Amino acid sequence: MTIVSHAQERPVRPAARRTTAAHLQDWLPRLVLAPSVAITLFFVYGFMLWTFVLSLTSSRMLPSYDFVGFAQYARLMANDRWWVASTNLVIFGGLFVTICLVIGVVLAILLDQRIRQEGTLRTLYLYPMALSFIVTGVVWKWLLNPGLGIQAMVRSWGFESFTFNWIVDPDMAIYTLVLAAVWQASGFVMALFLAGLRGIDDSIIKAAQLDGASLPRVYYRVILPCLRPVVFSAVMILSHIAIKSFDLVVALTGGGPGYATDLPATFMYAHAFTRAQIGLGSASAMLMLGGVLAILIPYLYSELRSRKHG
Amino acid sequence: MPSCKPIGFTSTCFNKARLNTRLNRTPFTRTRFALATALAASVSFTSAHAAGDVEVLHWWTSGGEARAANVLKDLMEAEGYGWQDFAVAGGGGETAMTVLKSRAMSGNPPSAAQIKGPEIQEWGELGLLGELDDVAEAEGWNQLLPETVAEIMRYDGQYVAVPVNVHRVNWLWANPNVLEQAGVEMPTTLDELFAAGEAIREAGFIPLAHGGQAWQDATVFETVLLATGGVEFYQQALVDLDPEALGSEQMIEALETFKRLRGLMDDDMSGRDWNIATSMVINGDAAMQLMGDWAKGEFTAAELTAGEDYLCAAAPGTADAFTFNIDSLAMFRVAGEEHEAQQALARLVLEPTFQEAFNLAKGSIPARPDLDMSDFDACARQSLEDFQRTADEGGLVPSMAHGMAVRADVQGAIFDVVTNYFNARDMEAEQAAQRMVNAAQAAL
Repeated sequence: MTIVSHAQERPVRPAARRTTAAHLQDWLPRLVLAPSVAITLFFVYGFMLWTFVLSLTSSRMLPSYDFVGFAQYARLMANDRWWVASTNLVIFGGLFVTICLVIGVVLAILLDQRIRQEGTLRTLYLYPMALSFIVTGVVWKWLLNPGLGIQAMVRSWGFESFTFNWIVDPDMAIYTLVLAAVWQASGFVMALFLAGLRGIDDSIIKAAQLDGASLPRVYYRVILPCLRPVVFSAVMILSHIAIKSFDLVVALTGGGPGYATDLPATFMYAHAFTRAQIGLGSASAMLMLGGVLAILIPYLYSELRSRKHG
Repeated sequence: MPSCKPIGFTSTCFNKARLNTRLNRTPFTRTRFALATALAASVSFTSAHAAGDVEVLHWWTSGGEARAANVLKDLMEAEGYGWQDFAVAGGGGETAMTVLKSRAMSGNPPSAAQIKGPEIQEWGELGLLGELDDVAEAEGWNQLLPETVAEIMRYDGQYVAVPVNVHRVNWLWANPNVLEQAGVEMPTTLDELFAAGEAIREAGFIPLAHGGQAWQDATVFETVLLATGGVEFYQQALVDLDPEALGSEQMIEALETFKRLRGLMDDDMSGRDWNIATSMVINGDAAMQLMGDWAKGEFTAAELTAGEDYLCAAAPGTADAFTFNIDSLAMFRVAGEEHEAQQALARLVLEPTFQEAFNLAKGSIPARPDLDMSDFDACARQSLEDFQRTADEGGLVPSMAHGMAVRADVQGAIFDVVTNYFNARDMEAEQAAQRMVNAAQAAL
């Protein structure tokens, strides 16, 4: 009996095992991913939805569900400070991304000329990225302070009329944010481009040179177009740094002078958390999200589509 | 103290020693037993204290303040109540308020929290505050507290909060050495201030130390407005938010005078913290500063004596007024023994022992005017004297810049206008006044 049953079971068991194992193999990735998917769904998309719901209510100090339609958005549109913040984001984001890209490409090309001590230089340029924006902000705050930073130093050298007081000038203060952010991030962009440059096949360049192309022309016509995916990644990373910039503003200018360097992120924080206007804060958060999507979706679409075809 | 965790409205404390002996007896089922005991404990040992616990949310976390808060803890424990400290540091209370909101939303507020000014009304409207009328009546708070102050502590006619201290905001601090070198006296009117400012500038000092942050701009602005417009106008404009007053000639005059003060400040003030500005006065770089009496803490820390090494006086033109900034503990609605303990807390906060200890440490004055002030310095004694005098004569007004006069959203909107006007090169006072009217109306 036992022998028979064993004999009968033997061929069945491995099969059953195989199917269990196969099932497990099928399900394991999903099972392992399920918690993080659930958490992401809830904490990212769920709260996004909740923020949207709150932006339609008259919530003040605590969330309430007294719906007022788009009244908070109307109030936001009538708010001077919101327009200052949005304009600042356009100026800051545009300049920050462009300047970082230009400096990053130039540094990468220069470093790519097989120079000595390349590793050391690369590390030097990359180091600012290791700092937090708070540190960058505080350091630049001191450097830019007319009374004890660059201006005071140059004046002490004898150039009495030298002025560099952007940080206390409401019209120029936004550019100090660009300065500090570019200082921090351009080394990182350089590293991205350097990796891209090293990935380009030498034979393409040689072929171009054989065809009689000059070096600038080789870079402009051959190498830079090859770096398009790198530009894509760099723009993605830089634009999200720009949009979520909060710590840099807080540390460098505190939004001042007045509220001249307010960004949407600091505006949202001030209204939702310190001024007991959760409804208005949520509306501004939704507009920020809208702004991000308006820029990113067309860009993602064009990049990903063209890559598929290419 | 056994380990306690706040769960629900009451605290759950279970006796560790007892638990341990039981665990030792049955080592093999330790885990299961621990679970069972913990579960049983959470039910049966709820509010194990005979007289109940209070949980107090506050942000008195700096050295002197923390010691002062400890006095209250000792007083509570001496009467047999338990004290659970719920100190949340940072951000001038912003972090603490965020924590408080999340606790209140989850239906689990602390027994008492450091809430002040019109915010007490907002919490009252949410129906979360409990009343203190029995204590107030027994202790005679109506006679003890000036009516202006008592009104802030009440919601719907009932006491819901208890004042801890009184800060005066309209102070002028000065370095006597610098004043002497410039050959000027402590100014008592705005004209004298501007005249003294010129002399100080010529002597090579910064006349007025200031930090370019929105709340500091607003602090100076409300003081100037009080000086140029007087108490009644201050009340109309910054407390009642009367649109006519906000757009009036007096407002324009206040704004213009405020902007003239910029000429007495240095160019590098943008973003500077208030205590850095105070240290400029201490070091003799600057002559004066307009700031509330918390600035005294900086002078005291530098081991200077009031009246000798540094001078204090009511801000120019505001000798007959007192802008107050009062910290208070608001009481949340709780039940049972915690309620009893909470009532005791409210009583103890206004008793002389705590009032004296706390206010000596914090640089403010006691919220009750009947105390012996011999341990306090000259500035505090003058402050208390002015507090009583202005309370009788009607010069006692809440500080807009410190969240005593209007709700946070209106305050924020006014801050935006004030700081923008102060920093913009080409903004007219008329335009700023108009924006002030809009801000007040949009927030209503």
